[in-house]
Amino acid sequence: MAKYLLLKHYRGGPQPTAEGSIPMEQWAPEEIDAHIAFMDHVADTLRERGEFVDAQALSPEGTFVRYDGEGRPPLTDGPFAESKDLIAGWMMIDVDSTERAHEVAAFLSSAPGPGGRTIKEWIEVRPFLTEPPAIG
Amino acid sequence: MDDLLRTLGPRTLAVLVRRGAEFTAAEDAVQEALLEAARRWPEARPADPAAWLVRVAWRKFLDAVRADEARRRREVTVAVAPPPGATEEHDDTLLLLTRCCHPDLSPASAIALTLRAVGGLTTAQIARAYLVPEATMAQRISRAKRTLAGARFDRLGASATVLHVLYLVFNEGFTGKVDLAEEAIRLTRQLAAAESEPETHGLLALMLLHHARRAARFTGTGELVPLDEQDRSRWDTAMIAEGVEILQRALAQDRHGEYQVQAAIAALHDDAPRAEETDWPQILSWYDELMRLSGASPVVALNRAVAVGQTDGPLAGLRALQEVPDGVPRRDAVAAWLSERAGDTARAAELYVLAARAATSEPERRHLLKRAAHCARGGLPA
Repeated sequence: MAKYLLLKHYRGGPQPTAEGSIPMEQWAPEEIDAHIAFMDHVADTLRERGEFVDAQALSPEGTFVRYDGEGRPPLTDGPFAESKDLIAGWMMIDVDSTERAHEVAAFLSSAPGPGGRTIKEWIEVRPFLTEPPAIG
Repeated sequence: MDDLLRTLGPRTLAVLVRRGAEFTAAEDAVQEALLEAARRWPEARPADPAAWLVRVAWRKFLDAVRADEARRRREVTVAVAPPPGATEEHDDTLLLLTRCCHPDLSPASAIALTLRAVGGLTTAQIARAYLVPEATMAQRISRAKRTLAGARFDRLGASATVLHVLYLVFNEGFTGKVDLAEEAIRLTRQLAAAESEPETHGLLALMLLHHARRAARFTGTGELVPLDEQDRSRWDTAMIAEGVEILQRALAQDRHGEYQVQAAIAALHDDAPRAEETDWPQILSWYDELMRLSGASPVVALNRAVAVGQTDGPLAGLRALQEVPDGVPRRDAVAAWLSERAGDTARAAELYVLAARAATSEPERRHLLKRAAHCARGGLPA
């Protein structure tokens, strides 16, 4: 078993499909409901299979922060609306293989969008680093 | 008390399963019996706790069967099966392991069910060990039980699947409060005590011979220490001696398998007082055997290239590496190491960077990055 992070982006990644490029605020309310319901359905299916670890949504607002020297307040910058890459949320899964992780990501990506058509959203799949096996 | 119940729980379950109880119902009955024991034993512990648990669990199982109208006709035949003879504890454990590692189960489900039903761990403990929510682990276990519900699998004996599941548990190592490596050793010991299959003993030896080096595998800050740099005084010599003895008895049966051969290689490493005294020619000959047994597995071919490098020099190792297809995990790491040995530090630095990018574990990645940095500075002695 290995853990993977499935990242959903507000923006970034490969070219979105025509449906996928329509921002959510332009969808009909029931289309948003259907989309969210599908996401919940994916999570429930994964729970039922014993593959679900965690899922969280992230605000699009973010601030860059760094150390700015002894005794000085942290230096902040942003938010940057023009950022190329914006993570909208993640789902963490624990599955038997990379193939299965890709399958789950594709399932997540089949969520409905405007007009009930699937938006084929790109999902980024990132494996977690682990401890090395005791027998190499 | 908890320890006692943890040992007796799986044993009781094994007895019920051997008597023909359906797995899920048997597990429920044992859980209920354990609860009752936890309630009643602090005041009055029975003279023979094991027999008490079997009696109570069997009664609960029968009650459940009788109560369940839908199952009644099917289960009655089971319930009236001939009464058990003397408890054959080892065979029971074996039967239970065989069930929990049924080939229809995914490895993850088989592992979870084995740890719960045979290891006697709680769902919460297993969940913590695998860093997943308890609900997730509970689902894995109940799915596994549902899969097994209709399966008939009564053959006794250590199938390759059982050994593989134990091997996987061992490799999860130490992840918190529950030490899975020690749990795997404990279960493999039980299995080895029950039967003389040389591969079972080979696996036990393999685990012991690797586990003996555990204290020396990481620095205090969690960095991976390669075998040739480990402080050998920190190896557990008693465990090594035990592993070697088990291995020798297994090899004497002259039915070699992959676990025995891997254990033989581990034993040769453990046997060297200093890294430079490692008997590489003999290790190489075991790798040749392992190649034969594994059907020339690319992973084995990769490790063999390391042995060739140590025996016949790094250039011979690099030639051996040409037989290993690209994309085999850790191929770049081995190529980097051989290049470094061959004095091509520039190439080694590049390869170490590639290997670090593909590393699947944090300690391995850190180690490879440090090697890359070292080689990029000309590879002079650290």
